[in-house]
Amino acid sequence: MKYWLALFLALQLAASSWADEAAPLAEDPVVEQRLIGIAEELRCLVCQNESLAGSRADLALDLRREIRTLIKAGKTDAEIMEFMVSRYGDFVRYRPPVNPVTWMLWFGPFALLIGAGVILVRLVRGNQRDAAPKVLDAAQREKAQSLLKDPELPS
Amino acid sequence: MKKALIPLAIFAVLVVFLAIGLTRDPHEIPSPFIGKPAPAFSAPLLHEPGRTFSAKDMLGKVWLLNTWASWCVACRQEHPILMEFAKTKTLPIIGLDYKDQEADGRKWLARFGDPYDLSVTDRDGRIGIDYGVYGVPETFLIDKAGVIRYKQIGPVTEEALRDKILPLIRELQK
Repeated sequence: MKYWLALFLALQLAASSWADEAAPLAEDPVVEQRLIGIAEELRCLVCQNESLAGSRADLALDLRREIRTLIKAGKTDAEIMEFMVSRYGDFVRYRPPVNPVTWMLWFGPFALLIGAGVILVRLVRGNQRDAAPKVLDAAQREKAQSLLKDPELPS
Repeated sequence: MKKALIPLAIFAVLVVFLAIGLTRDPHEIPSPFIGKPAPAFSAPLLHEPGRTFSAKDMLGKVWLLNTWASWCVACRQEHPILMEFAKTKTLPIIGLDYKDQEADGRKWLARFGDPYDLSVTDRDGRIGIDYGVYGVPETFLIDKAGVIRYKQIGPVTEEALRDKILPLIRELQK
């Protein structure tokens, strides 16, 4: 019984410390919601395959704080995006804008797909031409007949 | 015969792309600041917290802004090179002690030497964010008009100093 009580108390303690840590999130749910929306579109510069929303890097923490301040200052999402891009370049965005530098990035895969399609069609057409039925001439027919009748060959 | 060479050609193109990819450092993100005015800031000096330094004070001079921190390992690698370079008195070097405790920063400079004309503190990293700093050390070369001309991401190496930074400084100082 004593042990159960101790366990119960320990769990209570754990639960209360948890609630403590989560407090900043609940501070202003509207701001946090917008922050997450924006931060998910942004790359963490330190851990490049993580979004700014998901990263625990120090810089990500600072940048989230910065975005929070901007939201509270009444900036629009586009203005906040501009704030980030002017400092870290287009690389910071997970969906970079379409411009001559990023054409390769945006259209490259489609160009490859179309190229592969063209090659595929050509190969298939070539095969069809090769596979056209061929008619044997008289000599070939005779040879085939003699091969078929050869008693030496296993049937 | 010609057809058989197509996969080989594609493979060769792939190898070239991969080879180029391998020699590039994905952490070197092209800075959008090159050719743009250096963001204004004003911050307390590391050694005299009562006084402030502002980027505007350097107008008319070519100068280096070097971000560092006592907790930064790569800064130690760069430090001897900066110490040597400071001796040549080529240009003012301003240090930005990024996200550091002032006491730790001062101790670090006392221990390893101080190549900076002065250092300013950036306790919460706000100035760093304005300069698009995402990893210390980073170094900015700023011209007489206050425009950023070059950014070194990571430690300043002897090669970078000799081949890129110094020639550019000479040109800008003309």
